[in-house]
Amino acid sequence: MTAEQIIFLIVGAATLLSALLVVTVRDLVHAALWLVAALFGVAILYTLLNAGFLAVVQVVVYIGAIAILFIFAVMLTRRQAADTGAALNKNWWAGALMAVLTFAGLAFLLQGWSGFSKTASAIPSGFDAIEQLGGALTSPVGYVLPFEVASVLLLAALVGAVYLAFNKK
Amino acid sequence: MIPLSWYLILAAGLFSIGLFGVLARRNAVAILLGVELMLNAVNINLVAFWRYGDVSLMAGQVFTIIVFAVAAAEVAVGLALVISVYRRRNTVVAEELDLLKW
Repeated sequence: MTAEQIIFLIVGAATLLSALLVVTVRDLVHAALWLVAALFGVAILYTLLNAGFLAVVQVVVYIGAIAILFIFAVMLTRRQAADTGAALNKNWWAGALMAVLTFAGLAFLLQGWSGFSKTASAIPSGFDAIEQLGGALTSPVGYVLPFEVASVLLLAALVGAVYLAFNKK
Repeated sequence: MIPLSWYLILAAGLFSIGLFGVLARRNAVAILLGVELMLNAVNINLVAFWRYGDVSLMAGQVFTIIVFAVAAAEVAVGLALVISVYRRRNTVVAEELDLLKW
């Protein structure tokens, strides 16, 4: 076992544990904080995959904006300070069965694929992933159109969210 | 080196946990938390395929950025809907929102 593999196993186990707590903990503020832990684990996985820029974006956008938005929404939608009632609905066992079947199906499909246990080739020297990513996002032969469509989508979401949450009274 | 299979199995596990959250939680905000977990599982797959394929093809990372933008839009609209529903019905429990059920 190399150091990289040990780091992966620790981070992966912590991520899955945090994710399990996100979907089972009754207090929603705690669930949102466990989501922050899971998202942080995913950011570490991006660093292990040599995608440093995405790790930073994960921390800034996901943890800094989305998770905080969740905590605000939890605070705005509580009748009383303490959570009451069950966290899971009465059909939770069917949901658990579906989740296990999905995992089994994905694992079965993946282990039959020839590239499953492939290892990564070394990054060529002088290769700058951030420069390549910036070039790809702004070049007309690259992904400038999806990039612009994403900005239009964000604008539409901004207008829609303000319209929906606006108190007309 | 870490084989690709480890990342794929981890992502499959994270996706399944998110799916369980979406199907089993009662609170609408908690359902959205499950959706976030599923989106993150997809992102791990995209970045892993970028790293283990040809690194000079940036499609995997670009797609991850697009998923970030879509996740931000989804959360903003989803939580606005939850807050709007809470104002009108005074509840965010998904099974109590049964106006369209006969």
